Amino acid sequence: MNNDEIRKAVGSWLDDNWSADMSLVEWRDILVDGGWAAPHWPEEFFGRGFTQEQAALVSDVFTEKGAVGAAHAGPRRLAAETILAQGSDTQKKRYLRPILTGKEAWCQLFSEPGSGSDLAGASTKAELIDGRWIVNGQKVWTTSAHHADYGILLARTDWDLPKHQGLSYFLINMRQPGVEVRPLRQMNGHASFNEVFMTDAEVPSEDLIGGQGNGWAVAATTLSFERRGFALSRSAGEIKGAKVGRVYDEYEAELAVANEPYTWYPQRQGRVDLVVPRAIETGAIKDPQVRQEIARLISMSKGARLASAAAEQKRRAGTNEIIPAGSIGKLAASVIARQAAHVHTMITGADAMLSGPDSAAQGIIAETLISVPAISIAGGTDEIQRNIIAERVLGMPKELRSDTGPFRDIKRNTS
Amino acid sequence: MQTEFTEDQQQFREIVSRFLRDKSPTSAVRQLMATEQGFDPAVWQQLSGELGLAGAHIPESYGGFGFGPVELGIAAEEMGRYLYCGPFFASSVMAGYALMAAAFEPQKEKLLPAIARGETIATLVLDDLNSPDRVGHAISAVDDILSGIASLVVDAHIADVLVVIASTGEDLGLYLVDSSAEGVVIEKREVLDPTRKLSSVRFAEVKAEKIGEVSMVSLNQAWDQICVALAHEMIGGAQYLLDSTVEYTKMRVQFGRPIGSFQALKHRCADLLMEVEFARAATHHAARCLDAGEGEPYIASMVKAMASDTYMNAARAGIQLRGGIGFTWENDTHLWFKRAKSSEVFMGTPHLHRERMMTIMEANTNEQ
Repeated sequence: MNNDEIRKAVGSWLDDNWSADMSLVEWRDILVDGGWAAPHWPEEFFGRGFTQEQAALVSDVFTEKGAVGAAHAGPRRLAAETILAQGSDTQKKRYLRPILTGKEAWCQLFSEPGSGSDLAGASTKAELIDGRWIVNGQKVWTTSAHHADYGILLARTDWDLPKHQGLSYFLINMRQPGVEVRPLRQMNGHASFNEVFMTDAEVPSEDLIGGQGNGWAVAATTLSFERRGFALSRSAGEIKGAKVGRVYDEYEAELAVANEPYTWYPQRQGRVDLVVPRAIETGAIKDPQVRQEIARLISMSKGARLASAAAEQKRRAGTNEIIPAGSIGKLAASVIARQAAHVHTMITGADAMLSGPDSAAQGIIAETLISVPAISIAGGTDEIQRNIIAERVLGMPKELRSDTGPFRDIKRNTS
Repeated sequence: MQTEFTEDQQQFREIVSRFLRDKSPTSAVRQLMATEQGFDPAVWQQLSGELGLAGAHIPESYGGFGFGPVELGIAAEEMGRYLYCGPFFASSVMAGYALMAAAFEPQKEKLLPAIARGETIATLVLDDLNSPDRVGHAISAVDDILSGIASLVVDAHIADVLVVIASTGEDLGLYLVDSSAEGVVIEKREVLDPTRKLSSVRFAEVKAEKIGEVSMVSLNQAWDQICVALAHEMIGGAQYLLDSTVEYTKMRVQFGRPIGSFQALKHRCADLLMEVEFARAATHHAARCLDAGEGEPYIASMVKAMASDTYMNAARAGIQLRGGIGFTWENDTHLWFKRAKSSEVFMGTPHLHRERMMTIMEANTNEQ
């Protein structure tokens, strides 16, 4: 189909089938049966084998018609793409449909208290006993675990192999007695993540994915989708037209749950947008030192944006050069956020001792000051990003390793 | 507005780069910086005549190549990388831009073609190299007679003609003086960066030709153009320092391993790469803004400050990561370090440019 035919096909299908008066699950069942829930997936699994560009076209028509699409928010997308790429046909048949309809929510069980930057050092244990995998261990920084029905789990199945080779990847039911979810409170008071404790939790043998010992490769698939970003997440506000009807209400509620952990995310970026207005409002714009620091901040922020645009152009042009976009962008966000917090501090002065609705910018400044430390940790610390830049972009020699040989002999954290 | 280099521009860069790699190796830089003149007239003639670099930004109607700030920037960037020693910056960039911004038509027609061909070496005599606001405090013109002193003039010792900005009391005027005219005293100064020669120029009641009126607008415009070209020169140097320093850390072995395998060095290099990427992207953007006459009105000051800080950080890292050898005369790194330092303070220190950036930003916000 060419682009016009695609637009026409999806448009007339929506005219025939879309109605805002259904329940969300009811509508999405129709959507999945119609083959428009995930058009970039293969035909045998709910899709049409479209390219990403064609799928984006479909998404545009949905927006124009005011129609709600498949469930996409949060970690469920990572689970879906991983299952699609590496799962068995049985797994695809069992799990993909409820992900698309939003009936089942997912979480990602990767990080552990003992292995943060060193993800492959995971020590959650999975043992095959009487045809079932028995899981023991603890995961952390698990977004939306308290809403999740299933989790994608990285666990160690062999302690005698080198660390990357002893890992396996599972699909685990979160609604079972052996799984306990506790909210993890952060220094800024929010609890956006959870700790997940697994005590003799069970996974049926068929819910191993990618084969025993291939967990690291499967996790790499998930991480590559994660890096491609959550750009998909949109709000019902972007859907055109009047949003009256049961589907919209339930969709808004679904998004509210999915987005709840992220309300403070703009603050961890430093709220660069508030710097100049607040400097003017408070009169700090007259302070020569504040002016210097604002100028530095604007320069960094513009430099980062321009460098990222230049890298994107090079990538599109298909150069052989190594393009230092991802890790540099991540590192840049940290540097910019810290500088913004520094300037906010200068501008706000002693009032920065306060927090809450009575404090500067209705508490936004206070929340910024105590949220910025997250930006240089989440998604790979600044230090790890610098290693990646140095080794992969600049080609500097690799760090000497002290984690080779059987995993059980490697020094690790003791709790 | 242009957002990336065209294929022609990339080819142009390769041609310039190849030429300079051949003609301006560090052996040549070291030899030239120790001479009185400080440049090789044969290379200058080739660079101007064959490559047309001296007139890259000068319109074809004035005998130039008719390119803009982007191509001039490309040339300056490559010259910065190879520490080219010659009157390009003084004659083409400084005097060229000042003439284009402020000279009367007949004088443009007379002077620019010779500058574009590299046959006439000109320099811009500014009595202040810190800020456009201070220009005119030390040189005055009364009935076209110049008096006063400019203490820092780039390449005046080899200039055929001096393009002078002088105060006429209320306003500023543009004047032309032959460097050998009676009453002109040019004295070479001892310089920190031997690849950029400076002289003081004294005018003891010198009869000059008035060739233009200089408004604050045209002075700031020329200042911006010169700063953007200078920023290109600086990021070229910074990139060289980053590349050569990273290469050194891969070869140098201590404690039984290449020092580049130590995270302390990796992290410093990674930070530097980020800074260089930002400064370069911003500087290229600035040239496109000048070319299109749009974009952030403070962009020239922004990139002059960024490129200055970046070049100095690269220079400090270049010395530090080499350790003792980096501090020796024999090692080449100090050549770039000195150029970085002299560029940092040339045409305004970073802090002056950040202040200028804020002033321009506020003025534009108030207008809206």
